[in-house]
Amino acid sequence: MEKARPQWSNPLQFVFACISYAVGLGNVWRFPYLCQMYGGGGFLVPYLIMLILEGMPLLYLELAVGQRMRQGSIGAWNMISPYLRGVGIASVVVSFFLSMYYNMINAWSFWYLFHSFQDPLPWSSCSLNSNLMGYDEECDRASSTQYFWYRKTLNISPSIQENGVIQWEQALCLILAWLVVYLCILRGTESTGKVVYVTASLPYCVLIIYLVRGLTLHGAVNGLAYMFTPKLEQLANPKTWISAATQIFFSLGLGFGSLIAFASYNKPSNNCQKHAIIVSLINSSTSIFASIVTFSIYGFKATFNYESCINKVILLLTNTFDLEDGFLTSGNLEEMKTHLASTYPKEYSEVFPQIKNCSLESELDTAVQGTGLSFIVYTEAIKNMEVSQLWSVLYFFMLLMLGIGSMLGNTAAILTPLTDSKAISSRLPKEAISGLICIINCVIGLTFTLESGNYWFDIFNDYAATLSLLLIVLVETIAVCYIYGLRRFENDLQVMTGCKLSWYWKIMWAFVSPLLIISLLIFYLVDYILAGTLTYQAWDATQGHLVTKDYPGFALALIGLLVAASTMCIPLVALGTFIMNRRKRGNTSTIA
Amino acid sequence: MLVALFPTLSLVTVIHAQLCQPDAENAFKVRLSLKTALGDKAYAWNRNEEYLFKAMVAFSLRTFSNKETIEISNVLLCNITKRVSFWFVVTDPSKNQTLPASEVQEAIRMNRNRINNAFFLNDQTLEFLEIPTTLGPPTEPSTPIWIIIFGVVFSLVVVGIVLLIMSGIHKQRRKSKALTETGDVEDKYETVVTIENGIPCDTLDSKEGRINRAFAADGEKLTSL
Repeated sequence: MEKARPQWSNPLQFVFACISYAVGLGNVWRFPYLCQMYGGGGFLVPYLIMLILEGMPLLYLELAVGQRMRQGSIGAWNMISPYLRGVGIASVVVSFFLSMYYNMINAWSFWYLFHSFQDPLPWSSCSLNSNLMGYDEECDRASSTQYFWYRKTLNISPSIQENGVIQWEQALCLILAWLVVYLCILRGTESTGKVVYVTASLPYCVLIIYLVRGLTLHGAVNGLAYMFTPKLEQLANPKTWISAATQIFFSLGLGFGSLIAFASYNKPSNNCQKHAIIVSLINSSTSIFASIVTFSIYGFKATFNYESCINKVILLLTNTFDLEDGFLTSGNLEEMKTHLASTYPKEYSEVFPQIKNCSLESELDTAVQGTGLSFIVYTEAIKNMEVSQLWSVLYFFMLLMLGIGSMLGNTAAILTPLTDSKAISSRLPKEAISGLICIINCVIGLTFTLESGNYWFDIFNDYAATLSLLLIVLVETIAVCYIYGLRRFENDLQVMTGCKLSWYWKIMWAFVSPLLIISLLIFYLVDYILAGTLTYQAWDATQGHLVTKDYPGFALALIGLLVAASTMCIPLVALGTFIMNRRKRGNTSTIA
Repeated sequence: MLVALFPTLSLVTVIHAQLCQPDAENAFKVRLSLKTALGDKAYAWNRNEEYLFKAMVAFSLRTFSNKETIEISNVLLCNITKRVSFWFVVTDPSKNQTLPASEVQEAIRMNRNRINNAFFLNDQTLEFLEIPTTLGPPTEPSTPIWIIIFGVVFSLVVVGIVLLIMSGIHKQRRKSKALTETGDVEDKYETVVTIENGIPCDTLDSKEGRINRAFAADGEKLTSL
């Protein structure tokens, strides 16, 4: 009696699930940063080239494997070759690490979302110090948005060694985030399929609203001009190409096993080639779209800060020289400065150290990525907009949708192999398995709510998935092309979907993508070795900005453990299977 | 008489002029930013506005220290610039001295709001240098708002989870009950609900298809070796 494998109700659910998984926070907060760092509009050239060389082929490969084998990652690779079951296990381990820390971002999004319902926004101004005469010192030295993030949200400790206590507010938000994820994955594809309609489409609605608002903001044009002027000399920089390759790679979420899991619920006749192209194109265009929005917001913020700076200088000069109020404007400021310097040289030289050189370029140059972009820079821009509560709510709701969409993929990558294995699914119903995974992840995730939690988060963010994924996908490609056999796989696909594999896919799978991944791996290893010791950014409350510190021994050990735990699965399981096979062969030979 | 009055008056003005000077003892500098605060509706700063200012200061001192004797003429303004900024002192009506700075400071702080309102300005656009403003504490509600919203969302999610789990268990129980019920009626139907190629077999008239008597019978005809 075979229980039928659950399926997506219609192919649109599958496409939406893939989009919801691939379009995540990286499109919103990493791509704009890369664009800014590596030549603005010119970055699109390496980005699109890498999309064609590795993005689309590898995506199609994973979807095809999942759809053909109709199993989660462990089962699928087991069917390709029993020695390669380790690849599936490594995928599950990496997904497990990812889901541990990724939901913390959702917890923070919840925290900011709930705080957006206040007037005025809590990060818009500094709180007062104890004698009500001035502002809190830390807030004064940093900015109000930085203070809210580092002190009120994270309550961050000065270094990773000082762990502090669990912040109960963050812990509550984390528990809520896991409950929401549980609610969505509870019933498997039945519930996930409905949820992805929402998580895939709502972010686009918010992005469109933000685009309209962003483009109409004062000073948005400055940001857009800055972004789109291509600095073509950056194309000669190898880091540009490497960043483009890694961005495409991680943005699509390859190697986690989520895509295999999603595709395994497809009907075998599903045209996954078309879907692979659609998903990768939508993912890349969302990145570009999101960076247009981000840069108009950047432009607004930079112009606002620049004008505040100019106004401060005007006020300073007006007060020092008792000029008529409104006499100095931004237009005549420069010539008036020279005039005043010549007429009152003594007073001018006294006040000169306080006159700041306001520059729009330097405001635009502040490139930020990651949590800093969303929770510090964006909030700073939002607090200066009209009806800031509305924009804040919309923005954090969008972040939440993006984050939960990606979490659904991560948990699917863990759950599908578990529910596929007879040993576990016969004993526990799938609601209990999902519940168990959520509880374990939540408890481990409470580490990130400690005072030093953000430093642990950075360790996981930087090292848990990066190197291991490259290795996993490399082994995957080699396995399909050379161990399973490209021709055999081609025949399988033709029988299954009826599409013939064009030479483009074959060349990319067999040669180009593996070579690209090998060069990325070499680059990463060389980078790790050359950097010597690994460092992190710690928040210094006394100075009000970040400082660089070295990782202590136990942190380095954790990093090594994270990388080893997933990568070692591949050779160890292969070795284990080999030994078991030898023993079985030895046993059968003795009996005969 | 007039002849004696003139030198007295000029003496008084000279003394007054000496009392009110930039950085004099007990003198305060005031700075107004009318264009910044009011834009097009900014009024011109003239002697009438100065008169109002003197009146407000005198009013503050009268209410603060209950000195009913302070008159507008006791408030002296000087060094008025185009900024608009000026210095002022308050003289003691009984003595020919200025009132101590602390007293003036406290009086102004107490009535700061009314002084601001008289000129349609606020703490930033009507500045008394050296009189620090007391920043108003932000109003904190008794329960932070975020907890309320958190509670609402949390309960909704928990209710959703419980509902889904309950309906799942309910469906499971109904399925197992259906299986045990049809198990009692074994004579009429085949109980096994097999699904082959997505089609349940009991729709294919399974009884005939299950037991192949012809094959079983064949085996008995042949005698064993």
